[in-house]
Amino acid sequence: MPEEINLDVFNADPITEDVSDEATEAAPKTYAPAGHALDTAAESQADLSAEMKAIGEAYAQALKGGAPAETQPRLDYAPYRSSVLRHPTKDLHHADPETIELYSPAFGHMDVHALEADLTIAHNGEPLGERIVVSGRVLDGDGRPVAGQLVEIWQANSAGRYIHKRDQHPAPLDPNFTGVGRCITGADGSYSFTTIKPGAYPWKNHLNAWRPAHIHFSLFGQEFTQRIVTQMYFPGDQLFPLDPIYQSIVDQDARDRLVATYNHEQTKPEWALAYNWDIVLTGSKRTWTENEALGAGGDENE
Amino acid sequence: MNSNAVGKLTPTPGQTVGPFYGYALPFAKDRELLAPGSPGSIRLQGTVYDGAGHPIPDAILEIWQADADGKVPHRTGSLVRDGYTFTGFGRSAVGNTGVFTFTTVNPGPTEEGAAPFIAVAVFARGLMNRLFTRVYLPEDEEALAKDPLLSSLDPERRRTLIARRDPDGGLSWDIRLQGDGETVFLDFSSAEGASK
Repeated sequence: MPEEINLDVFNADPITEDVSDEATEAAPKTYAPAGHALDTAAESQADLSAEMKAIGEAYAQALKGGAPAETQPRLDYAPYRSSVLRHPTKDLHHADPETIELYSPAFGHMDVHALEADLTIAHNGEPLGERIVVSGRVLDGDGRPVAGQLVEIWQANSAGRYIHKRDQHPAPLDPNFTGVGRCITGADGSYSFTTIKPGAYPWKNHLNAWRPAHIHFSLFGQEFTQRIVTQMYFPGDQLFPLDPIYQSIVDQDARDRLVATYNHEQTKPEWALAYNWDIVLTGSKRTWTENEALGAGGDENE
Repeated sequence: MNSNAVGKLTPTPGQTVGPFYGYALPFAKDRELLAPGSPGSIRLQGTVYDGAGHPIPDAILEIWQADADGKVPHRTGSLVRDGYTFTGFGRSAVGNTGVFTFTTVNPGPTEEGAAPFIAVAVFARGLMNRLFTRVYLPEDEEALAKDPLLSSLDPERRRTLIARRDPDGGLSWDIRLQGDGETVFLDFSSAEGASK
């Protein structure tokens, strides 16, 4: 008998989620919506694709003209309609990090149980879907391993449904899958999660908008300035060119850094497909102690 | 990537935290760096607004700070708070009305004469990448005047980084992602490619 979904977890979120987007109305209507039967208020994929293409071409042109490559997403990326009222309009202000920013919160094995890295064993039964192992290393911009730090992930189930009260996608919940994992990186910066390949899911950015399958990653470095939240994608996804969130990174090489690689050597016979994904944080601004340079971190620092 | 590479690597891009972090990122007592009501505890509270002046109901903030003596904490255990260990780290998802609340202490100056502040990271649905900012304590005007970041800002913008002290000792500080009174957000590295 499979364990029931824990409703405390299911309803724990204090946030009102509105995935249909209030910002949509504020978005510039550059393209007249093409007529479609389902919802005449929503813009079509063709509209959005045209906008994304125009931005991509302007970027390619700028690159040719000698502009530097953009390695991070644009905060101002109108095709993701929710971003329209949620991006700063003033340039980020350059600051030299000061004492507290040159260190990171410490996490360790007190914070995270080893079993939290296996998302397939949180319930009594086996979750449905394609079992996968996602592993890699967390490095800083100087190529040094980020040891003893917290990695958090969350994802949809194999049907593309999140255990979240505001996810109204009519796909089944899986009573044996929550989709949340944590781990502490090893001395070499390594992490590994066992999970289920998430499904693509629809969202209401525009009509027939689907997110490519992805796993959300939250990472800490050795300095607060290295903090990052991002998404890992799967190779060969046909939804990449259609997705405004993925395309908000206008540089193809930069976008590629979010795509895992399939690793048949690490694939476990009769058990699980293996994917690798390394994550690079920004460079260190602080002179490291000898222990850090040797790869000690987290619990080992105490 | 060559996993043995030593040298400058290009950082992995960030992506929005999306709408569904609510069952993953929050944890028990995540916003209580120490127990509410305990000696020395204060409230840090505010609202996150969008460019139309509307509160954002799906943002999540993190704070990271020195202790009351200005020492940088190196203690693990934020995710399993024992009620006594000050780890310096907190996380608070905003509520329906965009309000976040932390219980913490006034950080001390980390160096002689430095203006004490709390480091903040902001995440939200619709926000493509996390934003860094700071919230300064309002009292030590001499230190604030000497602060390298604050003194590089015009008075209008500078104001967005300084909290208000409430009569009960708490700190009030709002975040505006866009528009009038837009909060100053920080770029710690100019060499990482454009992000604006």
